[in-house]
Amino acid sequence: MSLSFQHGRLISDLVTRKMTSLGGVVANAIKTKLETALQTKHLEVINESYMHNVPKGAETHFKVVVVSDKFDGLPLIKRHRLVNDILQEELRSGVHALSIVAKTPQQWDVSDKVIESSPNCRGGFGK
Amino acid sequence: MNSLIRRGIYPLYCNTFKLSTRYFADEAVKEKIDQIVKNNKVVVFMKGIPDAPRCGFSNAVVQIMRMHAVPYESLDVLSDENIRQGIKDYSNWPTIPQVFINGEFVGGCDIMLQMHQSGELVEELKKVGIKSALLTAEESKKEGA
Repeated sequence: MSLSFQHGRLISDLVTRKMTSLGGVVANAIKTKLETALQTKHLEVINESYMHNVPKGAETHFKVVVVSDKFDGLPLIKRHRLVNDILQEELRSGVHALSIVAKTPQQWDVSDKVIESSPNCRGGFGK
Repeated sequence: MNSLIRRGIYPLYCNTFKLSTRYFADEAVKEKIDQIVKNNKVVVFMKGIPDAPRCGFSNAVVQIMRMHAVPYESLDVLSDENIRQGIKDYSNWPTIPQVFINGEFVGGCDIMLQMHQSGELVEELKKVGIKSALLTAEESKKEGA
């Protein structure tokens, strides 16, 4: 009994690990594009779709943490525009929300590196 | 005759009409947005209304505005598909909410949050003659001390 329980948990652990490390098609595209265009020093692509009223495994809501030298001297709005431009295709074809944390390596080093998750959905999606 | 119109000429006429109205509609929406953002010091394009936001990001912006006691005009993009797309084209910004101060696009939820945390928002509001409630509270605290 306990053995099968443990076994079940092991499998679910494996599955979760696999999912987070692999990511979806869109997540991977976002990752590759940002890496290439911004030569990121640190990059996290977090799929927050599960927080919203969308099918399981959906890739509609993302948060990206981007650390790049290319942000040096750029005000926040220009950094965001840069990221939005790089991900133009994704934003037009199904990515519905994109939360952006854009820092220079210096800013990232002195920050607490804690990324808060986005606010809860309130049901307006798809309406 | 009727069926001829329905099958032949009418769809043609209809399509041309649709295309031209589409163009004028886009222009009209742009004009409308232009008027709104220029006639109000602070405008928030959001999902839902301030008393009942229908998106967490929009709600976050509403809460920030409330903390600073900012008077603002709000537009619910969910109730007008033209505005929903139109505002994205107008500001060349892909997501909602969108905040305008003094006719200028300032940013979405992330930027508003950061401006709030850094104190930049208080300064931006001051520039357009709005005194943030947080500033007032701080001043009265100092006076009291």
